[in-house]
Amino acid sequence: MPTLRRAILYSLAGLVLAFLFLPVLVVVPLSFSSARYLSFPPPGFSLQWYENFFSRAAWTDATWMSLWTAVASTILAVLLGVPAAIGLTRGRFPGRALAQALILSPVVAPGIVVAIGLYYVYARYGMVGRPVALVVAQAALAVPFVVINVSAALGGVDRRLEQAALNLGATPWGAFRQVTLPLIRPGIFAGAIFAFVTAFDELLIALFLAGTTAVTLPRRMWEQLNYSIDPTIAAASSLLIALTTLLLGGAEILRRRAERQRTTPAE
Amino acid sequence: MSVALSGAMPAAGRRSRPWRLPPSLLALPLLAFLLIFYAYPLASMLARSVYDQGWTFSGFGALAGDAVFWRVLGTTAQVAFVVTLVCLLLGYPVAYVMSRVRSGTANLLMVLVLIPFWTSILVRTYAWMALLGRRGIVNNALIAMGVVDQPLQLMNTRFAVYLAMVHVLLPFMILPLYAVLRGLDWRLVQAAEGLGAGPLGAFRQVVLPLSLPGIAAGCVLVFTLALGFYITPVLVGSGSDVMLSMLIGDLVNRLDWPRASAMAVVLLAMVLGVFALLARLVPLGRVLQGGR
Repeated sequence: MPTLRRAILYSLAGLVLAFLFLPVLVVVPLSFSSARYLSFPPPGFSLQWYENFFSRAAWTDATWMSLWTAVASTILAVLLGVPAAIGLTRGRFPGRALAQALILSPVVAPGIVVAIGLYYVYARYGMVGRPVALVVAQAALAVPFVVINVSAALGGVDRRLEQAALNLGATPWGAFRQVTLPLIRPGIFAGAIFAFVTAFDELLIALFLAGTTAVTLPRRMWEQLNYSIDPTIAAASSLLIALTTLLLGGAEILRRRAERQRTTPAE
Repeated sequence: MSVALSGAMPAAGRRSRPWRLPPSLLALPLLAFLLIFYAYPLASMLARSVYDQGWTFSGFGALAGDAVFWRVLGTTAQVAFVVTLVCLLLGYPVAYVMSRVRSGTANLLMVLVLIPFWTSILVRTYAWMALLGRRGIVNNALIAMGVVDQPLQLMNTRFAVYLAMVHVLLPFMILPLYAVLRGLDWRLVQAAEGLGAGPLGAFRQVVLPLSLPGIAAGCVLVFTLALGFYITPVLVGSGSDVMLSMLIGDLVNRLDWPRASAMAVVLLAMVLGVFALLARLVPLGRVLQGGR
């Protein structure tokens, strides 16, 4: 009887995991289909949708726009987020909880509220359609991931190591650069990866701020999905899945490295 | 001699920098950035609901008498509630099994959760469109198997909204549940069984109460995210599945700021209200670390 109950439970969990994972994979065979519209299983193999994706300016321009604004947002988020994480974990100041709530709020605030809020003010300053508006907005959405990952990494640094460096004559900056920074580097990179994925996938803000001159890849896919299901989207989706999986793998390797580098005992 | 030297050196080093800034100042640039480019725009838009060259409540007044608004509010709450419930029922067994298997297997199962979790919502919604369309994979399979003659209307239905939203939000339920169940002291279950509780009794009286924080955290996350959902319901829903966020977007496109901002206040208040009730239970940090 217990084994039967166990079997039911395990197969139920397996079914749910299949429900979670398999639909994501469905787009991959579709992207290699020779059919002009959706048919499954694909009648034949073809690379035409990838050719389409890489040869049409509407797709390549959107991809470049997404890539460079996401990279710029990530750099901005790291430059602002790493010092902020240090300030929040090491500093004690009134309103610290409030500051933390402000920094984390973009993750839980409804996307539409954030998007129209930014649009409401940015439009007044003629920022709609300017890539820099996307960079700033995506950085605000991405920065929580940097702050959280770096804070977690800082929690794993034994402060006595810094104290030792200071006692041995290092300046505070020197102690940070030579002791703390190498220890939290995996956390910074992991945060940067999650920040990049967040910025790269952002759609709602792009819907309101991109105009016609700063069209990102998600915005382009959105427009296509609303009008026709051209299998080029399947090719774009497959490329996105590959990119995400690659970046996640990188983040996982970094997480393991960070775990090994802990100088304080894990909780 | 050497002792005196090692004592003097850092003191000299410290004297050469007469003041040291408190580390908390390092948070200032980010806070300033967020206040200017994020909080200020958001606050001015929300303030627009009560102030426009003078105090006004015309936006809220218009909403109160607007039957469409109340219907959409009802739809939004209902969809969010159903999605949360289904996510809990589907997510709990997964989190439970993940916490009972060996850590290598658990890590592998975690990959199956995390890859969809990080895959773009657009991609996942597109996959459901490909599956549920009139000439989609599900209909083709059903016709080929002779289950139905005519393709079923699966896309642009409430069912499609539930299915796709549960798919997108399920990881937000599994991750906090798993975090709690993994840390559970399973010897308590053995003790309960040793004292004569059946497996179901042990689950109901030991595991379930101890996993309540995880249940609360997962439900808060899924419910609040579902309340503000936009992309998925627009693409797979029908005209009668309009959610609050879709109505807000529509109003902004028509530049009806009084109503749009009032509605944004309502939506944000619902989300913040749920969070304020249960915020301390939500391990937001763990979710933001990519699920670990």
